[in-house]
Amino acid sequence: MATVSVTDISKTYPNGAQAVHPASFDIADGELIVLVGPSGCGKSTLLRMVAGLEDITTGDLRIGDRVVNNLDPAERDIAMVFQNYALYPHMSVAKNMAYGLKNRGATKDQIAAKVDEAAKMLSLTPLLDRRPSQLSGGQRQRVAMGRAIVRDPALFLFDEPLSNLDAKLRHQMRVEIRNLQRRLNVTAMYVTHDQVEAMTMADRIFVLNAGKIEQIGTPSEIYRTPASTFVASFMGAPPMNLVSAKGVGRQVLIGDSAISHPCADGDVTLGIRPEQVTLSDTGTIPFKLTLVEELGASRLLHGKIAGQDFVVNTPNDDAALADDLLLDFGLDALHLFDALTGQRL
Amino acid sequence: MTKITHNKKPIRVSDLADHAILIAGALLMLFPVYLAFTTTSHDNITLAREGLQFGFGDQMGANFYAAMFEKGGFSEQIDGTSMLLNSLILGIGFAFGKIVLSMAAAYAIVYFRLRFATFAFWVIFTTILLPLEVRILPSYEVVTGLGMANTYTGLIVPLLASATGTFFFRQFFLSVPEELVEAARIDGAGPGKFFIDILVPLSRTMIAAIFIIMFVYGWNQYLWPTLITTDESLFTLVRGIKQITQSIYEGNDIPEYGQAWALAIIAMLPPVLIVIFFQSWFVKGLVESEK
Repeated sequence: MATVSVTDISKTYPNGAQAVHPASFDIADGELIVLVGPSGCGKSTLLRMVAGLEDITTGDLRIGDRVVNNLDPAERDIAMVFQNYALYPHMSVAKNMAYGLKNRGATKDQIAAKVDEAAKMLSLTPLLDRRPSQLSGGQRQRVAMGRAIVRDPALFLFDEPLSNLDAKLRHQMRVEIRNLQRRLNVTAMYVTHDQVEAMTMADRIFVLNAGKIEQIGTPSEIYRTPASTFVASFMGAPPMNLVSAKGVGRQVLIGDSAISHPCADGDVTLGIRPEQVTLSDTGTIPFKLTLVEELGASRLLHGKIAGQDFVVNTPNDDAALADDLLLDFGLDALHLFDALTGQRL
Repeated sequence: MTKITHNKKPIRVSDLADHAILIAGALLMLFPVYLAFTTTSHDNITLAREGLQFGFGDQMGANFYAAMFEKGGFSEQIDGTSMLLNSLILGIGFAFGKIVLSMAAAYAIVYFRLRFATFAFWVIFTTILLPLEVRILPSYEVVTGLGMANTYTGLIVPLLASATGTFFFRQFFLSVPEELVEAARIDGAGPGKFFIDILVPLSRTMIAAIFIIMFVYGWNQYLWPTLITTDESLFTLVRGIKQITQSIYEGNDIPEYGQAWALAIIAMLPPVLIVIFFQSWFVKGLVESEK
């Protein structure tokens, strides 16, 4: 249990490629932070820098009140869960969990007690004598977590721990990890490219793009007030509709249709979430329907407004749909971004 | 549990042909072995007069006894048992040494940020082009210069560097997931601990496979032992067989052919046994790996 404090931390590879641009943030005690972003955005690099598996080029990293920049991973008081579990294939479940403790010189009794406790917590007790190859993916993942728990680390690090599991198991493990982290009240950093995992698990989300942190915020902040078009389009499924529009007077023009909304004159990008658009006979924006995706409870209507791709998420009422529809935008659900920089206006 | 039942398939002509070829091959390989057994069961006089024997005689026990326990050679100070022991020391020492050395080399090349690791590896690899036969004079010069002629050390050490072993272990280590190293680092295992606790157990099947190859290779060494050991008490089996039949050129005695054949059979046994015993490991080590 500890706070993490990061000051201007950055990573530049010897070939000059900058994987992580200088970033500063603090993580509170017991908080679960999710780092999310597309592949190659630097989220794993950042996590590995905290773990000590990658050198830190500049900046300070504090875990608790120690600067740990130059400490070995083993001395940082962290535990890490890897995407491919990284269990030792030749050791039993019990030995896998005990290995770190053994290397730290814990006594046999201490190790046995710790392993026992962790195994109970993760319902691994009947599997303690098995080899990793005899376990299912979900069980392996639990062993990997057990290996982290037995050490009582100050900080948990998760590197895409659920991406090798099937959808159902992923959902189940998501809840399990969250519960465990709450119960142990341990600070955690969690890397994923899955925005649903990010939304459901995080106390705060860090959205990364091209080595930079685009936005830090609670899941609802990220969802409701995305700081840029990147965050807007990355978080949420289906993603937010982004259409180019023009601010004229106190109106926003999309093609020929006008919405009255305060806006500076000039080019803007208008964003609205598919679920905040309604079909209405009195709507003001014409929508040309091209494809319907049935999701059961709702359906996704793909089409175009003013020649630009647009998606609408409507409740499924089984009504037949015409090709030309009219849309109504919830006015408080509109987001305006700078057309050039993509920053929120 | 459901039982899987195999339907009886009709025998196809191609199957028969396959088996005929395999059986012919097996017979071709086994016939000389059979011949060795039959020939060794006759006395030296018969063998000198009539050559190879196709039927069994009654001298097998006597020949084996003589081969194993009668002091022979020029100085009458070595028997089959001590030659067998020498061969075992050479074979095992050779295989063990090669594995230790090539694992250590591969470990250094794969896991440490050495500036010239790749270059070093290729230098090691090119030594495949320089087998013992090519460098035998300089090797002899060095070993005698170090006073290691007629010692087990001199017999084994110069042959230990193994590009093949280093190559196999390098390829294997490269296929071990990077995350395993990282997990071990976080678990507080330093380079030594990682090697002993994780890498060596993971390489078990690989080690077994290479052990077999290297043991047989060491066991069959002929040229180097001939050169470096003049002391008959250090003779290996392979070398000893030659010594027995050689008396035909040197003296008027009838060469002890029966004993030579008995020794040949004994020399064949350990490699055969080791392959049979380790077969499953051998196959596992070469085709699959547990990771």
